Amino acid sequence: MRNPQRTQKIAFFFLFLATLFIVIPVGLIVVIIIQKGLPAINWQFLTDVPKQGMRSGGIFPAIVGTIYLVSGAIIFALPIGLLAAIYLCEYAKDNFLTKIIKLAIVNLAGVPSVVYGLFGVALFVVFLKFGASILSGSLTLGIMILPIIITVSREALESVPYSFREVSRSLGASKWQTIRYIVLPNAISGILTGTILGIGRAAGETAPILFTVAAFYLPQLPNSIFEQVMALPYHLYVISTQVPNVDEKIRYGTALVLLALVLFVNLVAIIIRYKFRKKKKW
Amino acid sequence: MVEFLIRDLNIWFSSIHALKNVTLEISANEILSVIGPANSGKTTFLRMLNRLNELNANFRMKGEVKIAGQDINDMNVELLRKKVGMVFALPLPLPLSIFDNVAYGAKIHGTRNKKKQKEIVEHALKQAYLWDEVKDRLDTSAFELSGGQQQRLCIARTLAVEPDVILFDEPCSGLDPISTAKVEEAMLKLKENYTIILVTNNVKQAARVGDKTVFFLSGELIEIDKTDKIFTTPSDKRTDDYIRGKFG
Repeated sequence: MRNPQRTQKIAFFFLFLATLFIVIPVGLIVVIIIQKGLPAINWQFLTDVPKQGMRSGGIFPAIVGTIYLVSGAIIFALPIGLLAAIYLCEYAKDNFLTKIIKLAIVNLAGVPSVVYGLFGVALFVVFLKFGASILSGSLTLGIMILPIIITVSREALESVPYSFREVSRSLGASKWQTIRYIVLPNAISGILTGTILGIGRAAGETAPILFTVAAFYLPQLPNSIFEQVMALPYHLYVISTQVPNVDEKIRYGTALVLLALVLFVNLVAIIIRYKFRKKKKW
Repeated sequence: MVEFLIRDLNIWFSSIHALKNVTLEISANEILSVIGPANSGKTTFLRMLNRLNELNANFRMKGEVKIAGQDINDMNVELLRKKVGMVFALPLPLPLSIFDNVAYGAKIHGTRNKKKQKEIVEHALKQAYLWDEVKDRLDTSAFELSGGQQQRLCIARTLAVEPDVILFDEPCSGLDPISTAKVEEAMLKLKENYTIILVTNNVKQAARVGDKTVFFLSGELIEIDKTDKIFTTPSDKRTDDYIRGKFG
């Protein structure tokens, strides 16, 4: 005879185990990086330029470079992605062309990041003659995170109940007024979620910036968007594989700074999102 | 005075023939009750009058609908909807405060002056018999009101646009008897200044408030007449059967 009580317990045990397995690696990554990286963190490490062939000194130029690149990518991708999402969700008719566009966006999300890197070189660095520069790198990262922003923004827009749109239109509001005053304010927290995901991805990727912007060693800060910069993920790659005899704590310290930077940006976005959600009245 | 003139109106959604050769007139400052079983085309008819059917991509129509002598399809649709307001079956407040719900239409139609907005909101809420219940909490969310209050808020929101006509789409279907009585009271008062078209599943409600009543069945207009006549001596047997609850 089967004992339903026992079956239940076994099922519960395996489900719990699976969930635990997700937590363990995440926890371990954070613990190991903090444990090994924290000793390296001090004021000099955060504000000084790399010295002695990057074996000592700080990582300030890489921090600044990553901030520039992520900001650039968001400035480029958020407006375009949001406008495209509004078009696809509110205006586009459900026809063949729209289906192709949607399929293209899904496929774009699945393209490996190194392919974006090569594409960025071909289009921005070579064809448009931006050279290896902040502009080229930001645009490449921007294109990489576009599908994330579009997909999540579309979901956010679609989650606003249709009845709100109908009520607004019945009061004589135009389609655009309805989007502006009713749909967007209620979709904003979802759109911010997409932005958070985009920021995380843009900050962490190495391949797209490898050929389009990242400098191996460039202690001075850039003066314009047409110059190269160092960036944290590439710097981490360089000191881990290209430069011999780099102290372990510097490597883990760099990783920790990158992790903290992404978490910090996410935190800001989460707080903004929380504020908007509290205002949400349904 | 004739408010609406509808001639040979046919409506399709994809291949479904929702309204068939409907011809009628609607007079100003009257309440016209629209009755009929489910899927008889009542709501489609109602949503024709403010062109809300157009939001459905599969909508097609033939025939003529005129408001005050003007073909509604030749009009600017936003202007038409300003003239012809609508209250939906369920209370559907917008996700805004009570004040902003009522002021929404006025803002959309260009009233930027805050003082003017306040006047409009107060006047509309009074007309909908809601002012006394909400005047101290206009800034709270509309979703904190009860169902009946929400529906009166929706009426106020429609009134704030200053329409000529108000379409009610089963406005009391989700309300308790006391809230229903309040909404009906508001409607009877409103017909002094507005033309009202009321779609209802509640035959008794049609009898209580309608000056005229029209009966739809399977997309066809069966009978339109004075409410007293329809409910005492209808000329079509199907009307009689429906009113007596023999079907639908």
